[in-house]
Amino acid sequence: MTYITDAKVVSHRRVAAGCRRLVLAAPDIAQAVKPGQFLHVRCDGGTRAGHPRGAPTSVGRIGLGWVGSADPLLRRPLSVHDADRERGTVTILYRVVGRGTGLLAEKRTGERVNVLGPLGRGFEPPGHPRQSGHPCQPGHPRQWVGHRRVAIVGGGLGVVPLFFLARELSVGVPPGIQPANAGTPGHSGVPRRAVAVFQGARTAAELDVVDFSILPVDLFTATDDGSRGHAGSVVELFLDTVCHEPVDWVSAAGPPGMLRALAGALETLGLSGEFSLEERMGCGIGACVCCSCRIGTPERWEYRRVCADGPVFPAREVVWE
Amino acid sequence: MKTKTAVDIAGLKLKNPVLTASGTVGFGEEYAPYLDLSGLGALVVKTITLKPRAGNPPPRITETPAGVINAVGLQNPGVEALVADILPRLARFGVPVIVSIAGETAGEYARLAGRLDGVPGIAALEVNISCPNVKAGGIAFGTEPAMTAEVVRRVRENTALPVIAKLSPNVTDIRTIALAAAGAGADALSLINTLSAMVIDVERRRPLLGNVFGGLSGPAVRPVAVRAVWQVYRAVALPLIGMGGIMTARDALEFILAGARAVAVGTANLVNPGAAAAVAAGLEQYLAEQGIGDINELVGAAHRTGG
Repeated sequence: MTYITDAKVVSHRRVAAGCRRLVLAAPDIAQAVKPGQFLHVRCDGGTRAGHPRGAPTSVGRIGLGWVGSADPLLRRPLSVHDADRERGTVTILYRVVGRGTGLLAEKRTGERVNVLGPLGRGFEPPGHPRQSGHPCQPGHPRQWVGHRRVAIVGGGLGVVPLFFLARELSVGVPPGIQPANAGTPGHSGVPRRAVAVFQGARTAAELDVVDFSILPVDLFTATDDGSRGHAGSVVELFLDTVCHEPVDWVSAAGPPGMLRALAGALETLGLSGEFSLEERMGCGIGACVCCSCRIGTPERWEYRRVCADGPVFPAREVVWE
Repeated sequence: MKTKTAVDIAGLKLKNPVLTASGTVGFGEEYAPYLDLSGLGALVVKTITLKPRAGNPPPRITETPAGVINAVGLQNPGVEALVADILPRLARFGVPVIVSIAGETAGEYARLAGRLDGVPGIAALEVNISCPNVKAGGIAFGTEPAMTAEVVRRVRENTALPVIAKLSPNVTDIRTIALAAAGAGADALSLINTLSAMVIDVERRRPLLGNVFGGLSGPAVRPVAVRAVWQVYRAVALPLIGMGGIMTARDALEFILAGARAVAVGTANLVNPGAAAAVAAGLEQYLAEQGIGDINELVGAAHRTGG
């Protein structure tokens, strides 16, 4: 179920590295949203949904059904960073990059933002119960099929939706998970947490945009400039680590170059996983077929819609240019 | 007072003059949760071709001041999928369905028209001779009067359905194309399709869109579209469906006053999935407020007051 609503700004503040954290009151969306889904956000100051169930606004003598400027025109697809199902809020974390996000950045507490969502297919690691129709409460313990250990790999702002996933997968899960492949050569045998997060960024300041350390996860960090954690790429760090601390599944998001390298690493390791992709979007609901990506094999692929068939796709099905 | 919003386009009776513009709502189904499709005058679906088309490489869309440039490249599942799967599913929405068709040769248009003739669930054909985003056919037919006439004539010969020709603004004089389409047997005209446009990505110093060129739509093109409707209304005695940047009932009225008997909402759907319904409701409200009994009284009214 998706909703179109004028959500009230609960809080909106600057975090690190030119990013802002926006908390919106949207109870229906907060109940329905799953990690990896996104909201399609109007940044232009217009807040009238013009929903067919509601009467169009009358401006002057002509029913307009439209308030706000037409510039910028399109909505902005923004990943859901977290949701509080009890308080009925959803959190968006975004970087101010252009006109749209620049206007969004000016929204004050108490003002409204028109959002459409939750949209798209989110992350679905195996053993993670699909929540459609019965939203889980935060902290609800999960029944892990085969005691799986999930690696979450994020580069840059790709970590934004991964925080929501990491929280849903880790909170309430007791530590001491033995991966399904424990006992294989090279495995340390040390019980690990169910979720291992690999966070990569250009600088330490960029790492601070999302704080995974508040979650009960094993956290590994990498920076391009070596200012914190492993000096180099998060994919190198992932490869080095999982050699002696195996995982069973990878959920990832980040820049195309990182995901492409990670796809190669997964192939080497014989691991399955899922990637969240990005593309310039139009409608966000699967009708305009503007946000295309190649899905299939290098020999036989087809264009699929990032907004409706994704944004999360099986890692091995993503065909890189 | 009860206002009359029904319009007649070449024998096609529509409950109100608001349509969806081809390519902006797919085949309608994605919009059903947001929009009462039965409240629309008609649903114009995404252009269909004989064979499935993969479309253009991404990026396929970008924004411009008050506008959008798209280069989807007619991605569609092909006419057989439309007939076998899509049209039967659309029947439940209770809205007249207008099928947009495109081919790479006049013969392909003819075969498409023939294939769709007699298929249940189609109210009319819109002949897309103006898509700027395909390498072959598409816009080429809509920029030459002789080729326009050839395609429209071949479609006309192969179907009993009303034939609507969709005109391109990327021409020297849109009236000559309109006259050619009318002379070849078109029952109505849709105008305008998108304006050929491009954006350069200055960071990468190369064209932004995967297809290099795309079609500009949205409020940015509205004055061009209103002018085209105005000109064609004076030149050709066919019913016109006006489109180009309609976001509100007020915008729709501009087109109606310029001579459009119906209007289509396109880019606005991408921003607000309820836009077409809001425009239809706004028009009805305007008629009631103004004490106008029938929307047809407004068609071309600006020509009579200040042309």
